[in-house]
Amino acid sequence: MIAIINYNAGNITSVARALQNIGQDFIVTDDTRKLDAASHVIFPGVGAAGEAMAYLREKKLDEWLKRWFATGKPLMGICLGTQIILDYSEENDTGCIGLVAGATKRFPEKLSSDGQTLKIPHMGWNSVRLLCSHPVFENIPPEAEFYFVHSYYPSPADTGVILGTTDYGITFCSVLAKNNIVAMQFHPEKSGRPGLQILKNFCAWRPS
Amino acid sequence: MISKRIIPCLDVRDGKLTKGIKFKGNVDIGDPVEAAREYYEQGADEIVFYDITASSDKRDIMIDVVRRVAETIFIPFSVGGGIRNLEDMRKVINAGAEKVSVNSAAVENPQIITQGAKAFGNQCVVLGMDVKKVDVSDKIPSGYEMVIHGGRIYTGIDALWWAKEAESLGAGEICLNSIDADGVQTGYELNLTRLISENVNIPVIASGGAGKPEHLAEVLTKGKADAALIASMVHYRTYTITEIKQYLNKKHIKTRLFW
Repeated sequence: MIAIINYNAGNITSVARALQNIGQDFIVTDDTRKLDAASHVIFPGVGAAGEAMAYLREKKLDEWLKRWFATGKPLMGICLGTQIILDYSEENDTGCIGLVAGATKRFPEKLSSDGQTLKIPHMGWNSVRLLCSHPVFENIPPEAEFYFVHSYYPSPADTGVILGTTDYGITFCSVLAKNNIVAMQFHPEKSGRPGLQILKNFCAWRPS
Repeated sequence: MISKRIIPCLDVRDGKLTKGIKFKGNVDIGDPVEAAREYYEQGADEIVFYDITASSDKRDIMIDVVRRVAETIFIPFSVGGGIRNLEDMRKVINAGAEKVSVNSAAVENPQIITQGAKAFGNQCVVLGMDVKKVDVSDKIPSGYEMVIHGGRIYTGIDALWWAKEAESLGAGEICLNSIDADGVQTGYELNLTRLISENVNIPVIASGGAGKPEHLAEVLTKGKADAALIASMVHYRTYTITEIKQYLNKKHIKTRLFW
């Protein structure tokens, strides 16, 4: 059974509908006993790091996520869920969960590319350059694009965990992978068929 | 690099596509959900629904449409029209929309922008602007005035000032509609689009005037728009979204071509 962690941070309905569409059974819960019984866990999120972490701490879900990571069972981070598995976020100067060493940083002001000023948030479709293969990105052609909406980006300390990068004035880590974690800055649930394929791949993923 | 977004806009009244839209072939004439599905298949990057239902007691029909759309397409979509307060926003978002567009209500009560941004995040709040070209004056230094209630009421508010103000209040994006260009299909209002886009740091969706792919190319380059809204040119089946995107890519304007 797939479990979506239910915390006060947006887009949970969208992730649930995408799983429905691919015919995947799932539960949405913040109950750690129910989460313990899951085979795969999705950690989504839209919103601000400070509020999200406060809620997770109150529900003791931060500690639960550390325990889950240690079991070796698959965990997928999406958007804010990806940013707060790092140690720290510049957004609201927030201490985060720390499953992966590194920080979440704000895009620099005055971003530009080819003389064009770039807006913040980075909102829209962009591509991901995969640095190596990964079961969750199987059958995803390189020309696929994904829907992003964010002003902060993950910057892991160990570049070895960077699975994919994206260009937006700077080149940033848009997908990271570490053992049983795969985490992305974009929204697979809003990225059309390639996004649904990633969710499907994740649900079938058995990390060794 | 980021792709320019192509966004079809669907007008919905009492849960049905409005009469002016002539869907043919295998698409049900009146069903916005089917139309959304077709545009999704053609490669739309996002979809905008505009609820023009007149009576408030029929608004729940739109919520049901939003719910069915959210089960059908897996790209972002926004809903505007008749959003008066935080509760209206919450209903639309809980039904599955990513973004809510506020227009007249934001002019009359700017706090709705701040409240929406705080409750759902800036990325959720789209400022819809209906703009008309007027003589430059002390009151309207940009020569573009905000009009509300479907173009009926002139507000005396300068469009450029309002765009910046809305950004500072927390709007995450602007959907900029030129009433002069709307429905005429002779091209977007490039000066207006560039003026607003260069003076805010949030994405701007150009709206009003698209009749052929060249118009999109212009507004996405000279007009500095981040996205282009289209209606008639795809509703009347003159072009498919796929054709428009292929044209733009040939002109070296990057759009998403794989879906």
